[in-house]
Amino acid sequence: MNAITLLTVFVLAVFIGFEVVSKVSSTLHTPLMSGANAIHGIILVGAIIVAGSASEPWLLVTALVAVLLATINLVGGFVVTDRMLSMFGGRAAPPRRRPSGPKRPSSRTERDAL
Amino acid sequence: MTALTAEWTAGLYLLAAVCFILALKGLSSPRTARRGNLIGAAGAVIAVATVFLSVRLDNLPWIIAAILVGSAIAAPVSRRVKMTQMPQLVALFNGVGGGAAAIVAILELAHAESPWSGLAIAFTILIGAVSFAGSAVTFAKLQELISTRPLIFPGQRWVMILVLAGAVTSGGFVVATGSLLPALLLLGLGLLSGLLLVLPVGGADVPIVISLLNAFTGLAVAASGLVLGNVLLLVAGTLVGASGTILTRAMAAAMGRSVSGIIFGAFKGGSTAGSTMISERPVRSVSAEDVAILLGYAQRVVVVPGYGLAVAQAQHTMAELATVLGEKGIEVVFGIHPVAGRMPGHMNVLLAEANVSYEVLREMDEVNPQFKTTDVVLVVGANDVVNPAAKTSPGSPIYGMPILNVSEARQVVFLKRSMRPGFAGIENELLYESQTTLLFGDAKESLTRILGAVKAL
Repeated sequence: MNAITLLTVFVLAVFIGFEVVSKVSSTLHTPLMSGANAIHGIILVGAIIVAGSASEPWLLVTALVAVLLATINLVGGFVVTDRMLSMFGGRAAPPRRRPSGPKRPSSRTERDAL
Repeated sequence: MTALTAEWTAGLYLLAAVCFILALKGLSSPRTARRGNLIGAAGAVIAVATVFLSVRLDNLPWIIAAILVGSAIAAPVSRRVKMTQMPQLVALFNGVGGGAAAIVAILELAHAESPWSGLAIAFTILIGAVSFAGSAVTFAKLQELISTRPLIFPGQRWVMILVLAGAVTSGGFVVATGSLLPALLLLGLGLLSGLLLVLPVGGADVPIVISLLNAFTGLAVAASGLVLGNVLLLVAGTLVGASGTILTRAMAAAMGRSVSGIIFGAFKGGSTAGSTMISERPVRSVSAEDVAILLGYAQRVVVVPGYGLAVAQAQHTMAELATVLGEKGIEVVFGIHPVAGRMPGHMNVLLAEANVSYEVLREMDEVNPQFKTTDVVLVVGANDVVNPAAKTSPGSPIYGMPILNVSEARQVVFLKRSMRPGFAGIENELLYESQTTLLFGDAKESLTRILGAVKAL
């Protein structure tokens, strides 16, 4: 693949990356970080390719370490994110997006006596 | 001879890349987050299956064994880790990903054909190593294996400059010669830079550094995509790099800090150093029964939870107290500061674990105007996020951080273990104000006693 095609892919991916997370609420910062963290575990694909072409024992051992580390990143990342999110979803919980402000301006005079 | 043609391979990688985009998109909204994560996992499975079917691989049994061992380590750990220790685990996973990228780049050195791929290799080695070592330090800080306070030694700035200059030089040799020795030197200097970069960062800023290193690992993976000529790695790595950058900035903004201020703050002496002094000033201390009466006769209560709540494993008791108060017709909501807990959004996860409904969680901007009409604010194990010093004293390390304006409420009750200052180590003036009372003790015990007293009212 030539350089300009790769550059095109890179630039478009930067914009998509910026765009998809630009409006995320702070509630989801932790799962989002964890989810993004899982995605870069896809370096496993690279580690497998390298290990598959290793011709000497020390190359193979080193490459297998990379496979091991990448698998931990990939599998652990998705599992832990899912566990986090399963706790969010425990109850039927639609995201609240009503206009903010005091819901019920309480008259507190009677309790002021306390 | 492989099972898939080049076209099929490219098509399946594209599919996996789309899955990753949908995953990030889904993770941006609470309703679709879990599905998004599963789509991402599906993308990963597609990608790994594709590489097995499209590349002629030697050593297949070994590779499969390594994957099985990796899964056998990662899955149980991820299932069992306590939610309070989540930030450490994310840091750890991030670090091993960066390490894997650096190793892949070193092994590809022998196949580098052009100076460009040499450059991409040097970049991957350096950034991967920085991410690996940096994540190891954040892990150690969060696990409190080492001090959470900034670690600085004299001349650190010059050491850092020297190390970076050395890294650039050896990177140049990697590109020019393509030999192993400068690559290993670059790896070593990258590891050293990672340590030097994160050691000076104060405890409260560590989560932002995790996010930054997450973006770094993404970029390392993207560069290794260039090295291997693999578009999927390029796209996935870039996505993480870009979204990680935005996320880092959003987190820093929520804490009222700049990213460069966090990284380089300690060098200039302006970091979250703080003190660990215990103040001797008088405060008003009350009993659990008094707090129960305050709560029982309030109309509107806002709970401000902090990391201390989670450390004491008191989320469940807190949730039960909120339910009991709710049954008495008292409106109870939780005011969640964006950085409550040990990383942004952490508190939401911890409360969700205790089955606190989404409905009663309020973000800072939503809850701040409501404190004026709030009878009692219950601050449980939080300190810095309600510290007025963030507004009033320009010299304070947390100055400029948005806070929850709990001082506007009629009564503020702090549940604290001791008078020790918070994670950032700054004295809180609010503790000495007239509307403030304190209930000392372990958060779980205190809440249990309050719960019993409220039920008896």
